Amino acid sequence: MTQLALVIDLNTCVGCSACVTSCKEWNTSGEAGPMTDMMPYGEDPHGTFFNRVQSFEVGTYPNTQMVHFPKSCLHCEEPPCVPVCPTGASYKREEDGIVLVDYDKCIGCKYCSWACPYGAREIDEKQKVMKKCTLCVDRIYDQTLPETERQPACVLACPADARIFGDVHDPDSEVSVLIREQGGYALMPEWGTKPANHYLPRRKIEMHIHADELERADNPLDKEDLKIDDKDITSVDGFGGW
Amino acid sequence: MHPAYSVIFLTTLIGVGQGLFLALFTGQIYSLARLVPQQDSTHFYAYGSALALGFLVLGLLASFFHLGRPERAWRSATKWRTSWLAREVIVLPLVMGLIALYGLAHWMGFTKPFFTISNVLPVDLTLLIGLAATGATFLLFICTGMIYASIRFIREWATPLTILNFTFMGGASGFVLATLFSLFKAPDLIKMFGYWAIILTFFALVLRLASLWRNARGTPKSTIQSAIGVRHPKIIQKSTGAMGGSFNTKEFNSGSTPKRIRQAKWSFILLVFVLPLILMAIALSWHSAPLLALSFLIQMAGLIIERWTFFADATHPQNLYYQSM
Repeated sequence: MTQLALVIDLNTCVGCSACVTSCKEWNTSGEAGPMTDMMPYGEDPHGTFFNRVQSFEVGTYPNTQMVHFPKSCLHCEEPPCVPVCPTGASYKREEDGIVLVDYDKCIGCKYCSWACPYGAREIDEKQKVMKKCTLCVDRIYDQTLPETERQPACVLACPADARIFGDVHDPDSEVSVLIREQGGYALMPEWGTKPANHYLPRRKIEMHIHADELERADNPLDKEDLKIDDKDITSVDGFGGW
Repeated sequence: MHPAYSVIFLTTLIGVGQGLFLALFTGQIYSLARLVPQQDSTHFYAYGSALALGFLVLGLLASFFHLGRPERAWRSATKWRTSWLAREVIVLPLVMGLIALYGLAHWMGFTKPFFTISNVLPVDLTLLIGLAATGATFLLFICTGMIYASIRFIREWATPLTILNFTFMGGASGFVLATLFSLFKAPDLIKMFGYWAIILTFFALVLRLASLWRNARGTPKSTIQSAIGVRHPKIIQKSTGAMGGSFNTKEFNSGSTPKRIRQAKWSFILLVFVLPLILMAIALSWHSAPLLALSFLIQMAGLIIERWTFFADATHPQNLYYQSM
């Protein structure tokens, strides 16, 4: 069974919102569109987005980290939004695990949005139906596009390569390897929704330098009892004077 | 959660309608048991059923205002296997149909017994329809309550108390209305309805206080740490990803202050339970129609505040992602 999903690397996300704008651009003019903006130049601009980048400050100054956190539908393997839908407009595809809304069946009762703990669904104020991330289902299977472009718009747009798309059920796929080897985690695991999208944590690369790495214990010059006056020479391995 | 008036009116109005029907049928059972005198089919049962039906129709009308696409409402009955909302969509018209039939059977005078059980219990058409309608009415209370109780993410709703509260408050308001109705149509039944109204209002008070007590305790299952997966006690949101708010900042927000919600809680305790209990007790001894009408109106106003608070007081875990603008 295939389960398509995104892996989002919080270590490399810079919070530029290129994924947000490319998502809106692709989907508002695509099958899921329009994603209406209400009063875009007014006092209270709001509109439909499938993907938003939020920012969280972690820690107390000066030990702070700004975590940029892109959030879209997580395409849960146990989607709580699907069984509550009274019309069957909300459904999970058997073949690739994408959770979709049939805009022709949706009655706009908002019940599915109550049943999503992640707030991934937004009602379109113009069309009055519930909308959400489709994983660019109208892109990823498009045979007219070059194979490298058969990916969600947000993935193609990300300049930091923080978004990776693939099948999380295939153990050898890039996303599965990343989740396995880079500590990929799911959001709010306490609800048992089994989100397909995973996040990679912030990872600090730390270099440990031991004293014997600065001063070579097996320096051949020491063995040969050769004395070199290297007081003024700064070098790591003591060979700088040669 | 955002308190939508469509749903507030839907749940309170159908509650009254259901309660009134249950009261009427209780009257019929009582008269079968010869605890109260037999009532006139047309004047009491048929008009009473019409009144109950009126409340149900008003509730159904209100529900349409909740839908973005009301013209597709017929589709909402299809997923009854998994969705409590779909189940309600089926059971509500069923209740309305059965109550209409019940009223019609009384109107047409179909009260000739088909057979008599043990020579004491005459079974006629109205009794059979009434039994079916009673079952459907309780089923509707369960469906309406389960719509909220089944959302496990909203811990204020995810409790059997939600269903009990809907049932008892609906029942109480229906019996208060039945007392008022019987003052004009069946004076022999005032005491019976009145006492039941007081009993139901009292139990509704106990159950609602229990749910308030429960919701004031306990901690939410999700935290900001589990929401974004960062293990640090101090996490402050700096941006929600929208400049001017979004569906997420409106639909899941009460749009009210904690102080206002606290005031609403005290108001509805007074208006739904305390005042009607006192007024009903006085009205029953004075046989006063204005006082009965006043109790009903005060209780209805209180129920609207109660349902408003039910929504406004509920917190959704998605708000963890929308803590500051």
